[in-house]
Amino acid sequence: MKAPDFAYIRPDSLDEAFAALAQYGDDARILAGGQTLMALQNLRMASVDVLVDINRIPDLSGIHEETDHIKIGALVRYTALEKYALIERHAPLLKDAVQFVAQPAIRNRGTIGGSLALGDPAAEMPACILALGAELELSAADGTRRVAADDFFLGLYETALRPDEILTAIYVPKARATQVYAIDEIVRRRGDFALAGLAISGDAVGSSLKSVRMAYFGVADRPILATSPMAILEGQSLTPAVIGKVREAVTGELDPPDDPATPAAYRRHLGGVLATRLLEKLS
Amino acid sequence: MNFQAPIGLPLPRDRAKRLLAGRGQYVDDIQLPRMLHLAFVRSPYPHARIQSIDVTEAAAMPGVVRVVAEKDLADVTASWRGKHDLFPNLKAPEHHVLARGVARWQGEAVAAVVARTRAEAEDAAEQVIVDWEELPAVVEAEDALDAAAPLVHEEFGDNLAFSAEVTHGDTEAAFQDAHLVIERSFRFNRHTGVSLEPRGLIADYDPASVSLTVHQSHQTPHQQQDLYARLLDIPEQNVRVICPDVGGAFGLKHHLYPDELAACAVSKLLGRPVKYIADRLESFLADIHCRDHSVTARMAFTTEGDIIGMEVDDLFHAGAYSQYPRSSIAEGNQIIRLCGIPYRHEHYRAAVRMAYLNKSVLGHIRSVGHPIACAATEQLVDLGARQLGLDPVAIRRRAYLSDEDFPTTSPGGIALERLSFHGCLDRALERIDVEAFRREQSQLRTQGIHRGIGFATFVDLTAIGPEYYGEGGQHISAQETCLLRLEASGGIRCYTGATDQGQGIDTGIQQVVAGAIGTRVEDVKVNSGDSELCPVGGGSWGSRGAALAGEAALRAGRELRLNILNIAGVLLQKSAESLDIRESEVVDASSGASQMTLAEVAEVGHFRPYMVPDDVSADLTVTGRYASRDRMFLPANGLHVAILDVDTDTGLIAFQRYLVVHDCGRVLNPLLVEEQIRGGVVQGIGGAVYEEFIYDQAGYLCNGTLADYLVPMAAEMPDIEVEHLETPTTTSELGAKGAGEAGTTGAMGAVLNAVNDALTPFDVTLSEVPLTPPRILRALGKI
Amino acid sequence: MTEAMKTAQIAFTVNGEAVEASVPVRRNLVDFLRNDLELTGSHVGCEHGVCGACTVLVDGAIMRGCLMLAVQADGCEIETIEGADESGRIAALQTAFHRRNALQCGFCTPAMLLTAAALLEQNGTPTRDEVRDYLSGNFCRCTGYQAIVDAVMDVAEAGV
Repeated sequence: MKAPDFAYIRPDSLDEAFAALAQYGDDARILAGGQTLMALQNLRMASVDVLVDINRIPDLSGIHEETDHIKIGALVRYTALEKYALIERHAPLLKDAVQFVAQPAIRNRGTIGGSLALGDPAAEMPACILALGAELELSAADGTRRVAADDFFLGLYETALRPDEILTAIYVPKARATQVYAIDEIVRRRGDFALAGLAISGDAVGSSLKSVRMAYFGVADRPILATSPMAILEGQSLTPAVIGKVREAVTGELDPPDDPATPAAYRRHLGGVLATRLLEKLS
Repeated sequence: MNFQAPIGLPLPRDRAKRLLAGRGQYVDDIQLPRMLHLAFVRSPYPHARIQSIDVTEAAAMPGVVRVVAEKDLADVTASWRGKHDLFPNLKAPEHHVLARGVARWQGEAVAAVVARTRAEAEDAAEQVIVDWEELPAVVEAEDALDAAAPLVHEEFGDNLAFSAEVTHGDTEAAFQDAHLVIERSFRFNRHTGVSLEPRGLIADYDPASVSLTVHQSHQTPHQQQDLYARLLDIPEQNVRVICPDVGGAFGLKHHLYPDELAACAVSKLLGRPVKYIADRLESFLADIHCRDHSVTARMAFTTEGDIIGMEVDDLFHAGAYSQYPRSSIAEGNQIIRLCGIPYRHEHYRAAVRMAYLNKSVLGHIRSVGHPIACAATEQLVDLGARQLGLDPVAIRRRAYLSDEDFPTTSPGGIALERLSFHGCLDRALERIDVEAFRREQSQLRTQGIHRGIGFATFVDLTAIGPEYYGEGGQHISAQETCLLRLEASGGIRCYTGATDQGQGIDTGIQQVVAGAIGTRVEDVKVNSGDSELCPVGGGSWGSRGAALAGEAALRAGRELRLNILNIAGVLLQKSAESLDIRESEVVDASSGASQMTLAEVAEVGHFRPYMVPDDVSADLTVTGRYASRDRMFLPANGLHVAILDVDTDTGLIAFQRYLVVHDCGRVLNPLLVEEQIRGGVVQGIGGAVYEEFIYDQAGYLCNGTLADYLVPMAAEMPDIEVEHLETPTTTSELGAKGAGEAGTTGAMGAVLNAVNDALTPFDVTLSEVPLTPPRILRALGKI
Repeated sequence: MTEAMKTAQIAFTVNGEAVEASVPVRRNLVDFLRNDLELTGSHVGCEHGVCGACTVLVDGAIMRGCLMLAVQADGCEIETIEGADESGRIAALQTAFHRRNALQCGFCTPAMLLTAAALLEQNGTPTRDEVRDYLSGNFCRCTGYQAIVDAVMDVAEAGV
């Protein structure tokens, strides 16, 4: 399957990129790592007339430490997320998550920004960002704004990104000394998109958990926070009874889509299994 | 009979070196001058009438040379029917190179665009306007065989493509009196071969010489030469098919595909080379499909665990046409003849009904119907054992055919010379301590770990004889010929009718030739895959290379050796019998002392023939031929043992250990055979655990990409132990049987049995493959 | 580059040689390497990034040649199996693969070699499971993977 005929532009700066988006409007699409977009192009499933390649724009691929946050450039590749000391120290959930993402060759090119801007419901990065309560920096010609992860993923491949905006950075709150986190997913084969996955972040205070965020992926049209299970966990110790209640709440709350290969009931069931496994691990 | 080295040695393959350097030459690597590229317009519907095709816009697109539909090729190529004369009740519809009037399966090609580049051809294909009228489709055999079903082919009046029954004894009576009858309904789901290199060819028709040269990723160049010559009406001696390096075949690539024939037809029309490479999406739709069966099987036992008989009803969900040239009946035909085969039993009834469906054509993929026969049989044996309170090993011990039972004809009608069921079981039990496993299994169960062991005994019908195809009216060579040429410098060129897609038959033949003559293996070069240069042969399929091509090579080698020694004898004034050839030198047979080199012999033979009397056999170019007689198949046998864990929370399967004990008669090269078995096992695991085509209610394919059609990858696959027994066939000198499919034949049965063994505490039995997590959890009542 | 274009001038090095070309922007890297530069050792198996047959090195890192455009390689250093072979840097792996019969049809092999070499560069003492993991994005239909793992472990254990 050869990609259809399209035009290509490679801006050297954000301003040039904004200009391209303005000029080509709906026909244009941002090309970052391309690990999803190029596949769709080859499959002739994305009707893109103009690809705007942002890979050469400087200042989008660094990782910087700020007072309370780690600022991750949108073009940081998965491999870099695995290797950077700042990530390991301040956002270790992300480092753990990278091992689940596809395979080495994909990780060398795919970017965290690309994953978030696409918002694949079965991808790891969107759920991690949700679990960590991160903020996304969206830039346009007329300035930048920050959107909380909670408000970013709106539907199936639908995010808060406006057509004239580019995701430029992710602000992840630095891990606190009390932070606990875990991520796991269920897959048929290593590196597959998750049948169901769960990223958890919270604080261990004494023997109980606070500010717990449970972000599921693969079980809805976007990454989702399991709010009623989170409410049950809040301030509780991770006893078998509590874990049992959480599991029940998860299977009660999740409403996964049905597809011919994977019935909704299976994903819902896996949601419960993941909750049990990760909470037992944290306890 | 003892065969000298290098026959039997685990030698690595010469051909592999090029491939390791990135110097392989696969069809898409070849460019010819003025070559054009083909892309197809394919039916998006399972069943639709083609009201009209408007190619005006497409033909005007950049780079486009021509756009053709069926009517444009009707005078260029004939149509065909996938008949088999041994099965006259097979209804074989007329098959055209592009759909004529009606598209009968999703993906059927209805038009072809020829352009400068593939990308431009695809662009134009999108602009071809087809006026479709959707027709009702049949996508399940039960529905297709209903009297009121829409017809796949109007000419037949129904969708029953084929039916057959095999009986022996009286199962009805025998089952009535039986102590125990186990019955199961199985569902084997449709999948395909998925070679990493897709199908493809370059067809190059030259009108000036009325000749066609085809470079094709294929298993059977001579077969294709014959088919192209007849269908395109080109004198056969002017048709040449060259199979270069082939990136995996597995049976996929021994069929005639309409889209590939279309490339040849277009080349004939235009008088220019035309390249067609199937892309991955096309491959899933248009490659041959396999293993789509609903099987109900029953097995009757005595109280002690003897098997009284077996009954099998196979509902065969075929595709829209009968494949060509072998016809599509083989899976069903093999299932009904192979069930129960390792076991002593009197009574047998097996029947198949094959239905045409509005789905991709069903044909031959590695092991053909064998995995289904094996899985159904072996599960019933396990269930019988369970009910009778016997363990799976004990029941097999009791019921296996033993040495004294051979030779015999199975109730399914297969002639069996001596097979080694007990020998393979013995060897397996030496490697796996089953009692220790059972203790470990109990222990693990208390920790919530569900580990199971599954046995699967199999018989593989290899090296099919000419009685099957010749009698069937099919131009398929089941014999083999080997041509040897001693070069002036003493090296040997060998031309074989077998072909090598990675199995290593080139190396196997190299070893046989070297061993038969007495040369060093590196002095022999094997050439294969070219229908013009290589003697007529069958190519590779059905595990035939070692058994047939090896035997032909042995005969050719012997003859050349004799002629060399004749010449040497004359020159040395000694008898040929007093001489031998060792390490590429003519030596004194008793002392081993070197007498002359092969180059010296060749020099005389080629350039000074007057030195040898006319009545002495001295040809240095010889052929050897082997055609089996009076045996339609060459059965090989073995045993698979799978040990795996079933995660009852997630439904995922994790392999712990896998063993294959295998008897393919004489092993020409254990390194090659073992890797064939390992690859076969993993492909079989694919069908058992991962691979299936998923369709929606209306018959549309839902998972036609590599992202959602799951093939086994490295992280989930086990290491596989392989043990050999050698029970040579008495029907040939070499005694080799086929080995290429054995890994796939037993894997499905072993995995099914292991999963069910693991889940014994839950009192469930799974009989549908692939064993996906939702199926497992549904059986457990967890979803 | 400030205007969207359908053809682009590119300049980069491939296997140490400077290459300049004018390419349709829609042509992907592996198609460019195979058809324009006749480096046919990299193979095309799926065109959606799953099978791994198109793996090449871009600036020293393994990537899918089908998921990059040729124009994106502008200014980069590309290495294909031909370059890796000729440089001798994968000789130990090639020998081990040959000895173990860790290839049959050979179609996945160039990508397997480059990927295995990338693993050993990162981790010279992998476990069998780590080898399987790292190769989990390379589809092989012929070998069933074990012989490949054996060959990579041979090289790792020899410490070459």
